[in-house]
Amino acid sequence: MSDTHAQTVAYVRNEMLAPSDPPLREAGAVKWLRENLFSGALNTILTLASLLVIWYALAAIGPWLLNSVWSAGSLAECRAILDGTSGACFSVITDRWHQLLFGFYPPQHYWRPVLALALLFAALAPVLFPALPRKLMIFTAVYPFIGYHLLWGGSVWFPVSVALGFVAGYLAYVLLARVSTLIAVFGAILAPVFWWAFAAGAFDQTMSSILPLGLEFVRSDRFGGFLISLIIGISGISLSLPIGILLALGRQSDMVFLKSVCVVVIEFIRGVPLITLLFTASLLLNYFLPPGTTFDLILRVIIMVTLFASAYMAEVIRGGLAALPKGQYEAADALGLNYWKAQRLIIMPQALKISIPGIVNTFIGLFKDTTLVVFIGLLDPIGLSNAIRADTNWNGIYWELFIFIAALFFIFCFGMSRYSMYLERRLKTDHK
Amino acid sequence: MKKTVFVGALTAATFGAGFAHAQTTLETILDRGELICGSNTGQAGFGAPDANGVWQGFDVGFCRALGAAVLNDPNAVTFVPLTSQTRFSALASGEVDVLARNTTWTFVRDVDLNLTFVGTNYYDGQGFMVTRDLGVSSALELDGATVCIETGTTTELNLADYFRVNNMSYEPVPVDTAAEAQQQYLAGACDVYTTDVSALASSRAAFASPDAHAILPEVISKEPLGPVVRHGDDQWGDIVQWTLFALIAAEELGVTSANLEELKAGSNNPEINRLLGVEGGFGEMLGLDNEWAARAIAAVGNYGELFASTIGDQTPIGLARGLNAQWTQGGLLYAPPFR
Repeated sequence: MSDTHAQTVAYVRNEMLAPSDPPLREAGAVKWLRENLFSGALNTILTLASLLVIWYALAAIGPWLLNSVWSAGSLAECRAILDGTSGACFSVITDRWHQLLFGFYPPQHYWRPVLALALLFAALAPVLFPALPRKLMIFTAVYPFIGYHLLWGGSVWFPVSVALGFVAGYLAYVLLARVSTLIAVFGAILAPVFWWAFAAGAFDQTMSSILPLGLEFVRSDRFGGFLISLIIGISGISLSLPIGILLALGRQSDMVFLKSVCVVVIEFIRGVPLITLLFTASLLLNYFLPPGTTFDLILRVIIMVTLFASAYMAEVIRGGLAALPKGQYEAADALGLNYWKAQRLIIMPQALKISIPGIVNTFIGLFKDTTLVVFIGLLDPIGLSNAIRADTNWNGIYWELFIFIAALFFIFCFGMSRYSMYLERRLKTDHK
Repeated sequence: MKKTVFVGALTAATFGAGFAHAQTTLETILDRGELICGSNTGQAGFGAPDANGVWQGFDVGFCRALGAAVLNDPNAVTFVPLTSQTRFSALASGEVDVLARNTTWTFVRDVDLNLTFVGTNYYDGQGFMVTRDLGVSSALELDGATVCIETGTTTELNLADYFRVNNMSYEPVPVDTAAEAQQQYLAGACDVYTTDVSALASSRAAFASPDAHAILPEVISKEPLGPVVRHGDDQWGDIVQWTLFALIAAEELGVTSANLEELKAGSNNPEINRLLGVEGGFGEMLGLDNEWAARAIAAVGNYGELFASTIGDQTPIGLARGLNAQWTQGGLLYAPPFR
């Protein structure tokens, strides 16, 4: 509106009208409700039905949860405090939380698994967040040995002697690489095997007698609770990704022998239920080992879980590889990159990015599958819940334990899922 | 220990099993310095870890007595929790030296599975629990009932037999653990909960209102529960068997952990003297030393003391001796003579 008619024409408004409020039904909460919950007859019915279900669930569980007892010494005391009213008895958690978290790990050493977990996050940080300096990866590489020593203890020279095997492999590779790459690869495989088979034991013993260093040894049967789930889950997750990548590449390979081995391994392991592999680990292996050999049960389970997850991982990554246009492979060839360089610089970054949801899916599934070890008698949180119920103080308690265990698992699985969404956003390069 | 974990596995894989020579179970245990006992994953009163992770219970007590007899240390026992599905394979493959976890002695298990049941440490039987509201006073009135039943146990088979013999029908509600069974039963998913009477009694004791539930008078099966060893090592079988008999005989002869020291000095009763190793040299015949039985009794008390401290009527489990009284008291416990 210009000034032109301001003084000349009486019936023309000379100031702006204040904008009026939008109609009630088009603004604020009402609009949101109308659009999202009551946008049609069917949606209205569904909304009302959902509200009803939520109401019933809350009415059933809410009072029970709110009226909970946290300080009784036994279920009978809980019932006495509740005095006939319905209420949860979370006293079992205050009484036994340390067992659900650490199993029978000696209480004076609880700082060790806690420190191991804290260091784990420190070791994972450079892998998860690219903003951090790459030098931190050295700590990541050393972490498995630190973690092992913190958890199991014993002589510090045992993890050192194992680690030296990898150092030997690396040195062999560097030295022989000047001669030929193929020989260097063989050297890198053979050197650690020879070191472990012949020298590592002697080195461990000699050094232990010269300089006995180390934390107190904690036997595997003291491990339990969420600690065991985390050990199996994290070892499985961190080992299955590289093994899965190798299996996927092997399956794509042109070398017939390599390809058939990978296909057989993947198909065989995927065709067998995890529980069968676990039974094999706990029961069958002992028939084959010489009598008197103690082959740690947790280690056996980790191996089986890793194999199982690797087979799935391989197929997830193969999906990512298959989704890449052929042009990407050809472009890598055209640039004159050799196989490994092409994989490292061009193929894998794209294939892995495509596979992120599938990979994290497998990780979460693997982590939750660790509760299956209850069937071979390892006392994971579920196994411990049985043991806790067998205590006469807590016989008859049920949901409280499961709620606590579910909350623990939820924290970790939800964390993984959030990280994967962050990663997808960060790696997003398309312009949709 | 730790070296065997990794290097042991590696050498085993590298060199194969050629170097291993057949050791007897006793030699293995003495070399290892500990007894590995297959136990329950958790059954109230019979075997479960307490708040400090120390295993407690009736079956656990037997293993501790065995540890004391063989290794002179009731704490030199490692308990390996085994489920009903894994227990026999774990024993057969040598994962455990002895199985003491509420295992019913049956023909097939003894003969076909190549195991040896060395005796009975608890005579149990299968019973039924119902809510009093159901108005049932005999198991014969249960025609058409829904029954909560733990899978993979002898109770499942007994139930089928009993209902077939009596021309009744039932609808099974399979459950996996006692805790789940209790939950299903209390939630009304089944009218009847059936398992061993001892477990029914301890379940009922844990209910919010035990009086609303009744255990029916019929006991439909024989469930002799006892320790199990592998076939083929009779020396070890004898040790396990006679440790059990030593605990039972000790009660019969009035040897308790309280008067043990006094009686070890020698008494007028030659059978007590033979039991406690004062005369006869029985321990050496077993391949142990003569004080083996005295150590076992010192560790956990005699059978009666062990029963009273873990599952007896003064405990929350509250089981009466019943069939598990000495034969002189009208029960079935009868240890062969120490002669």
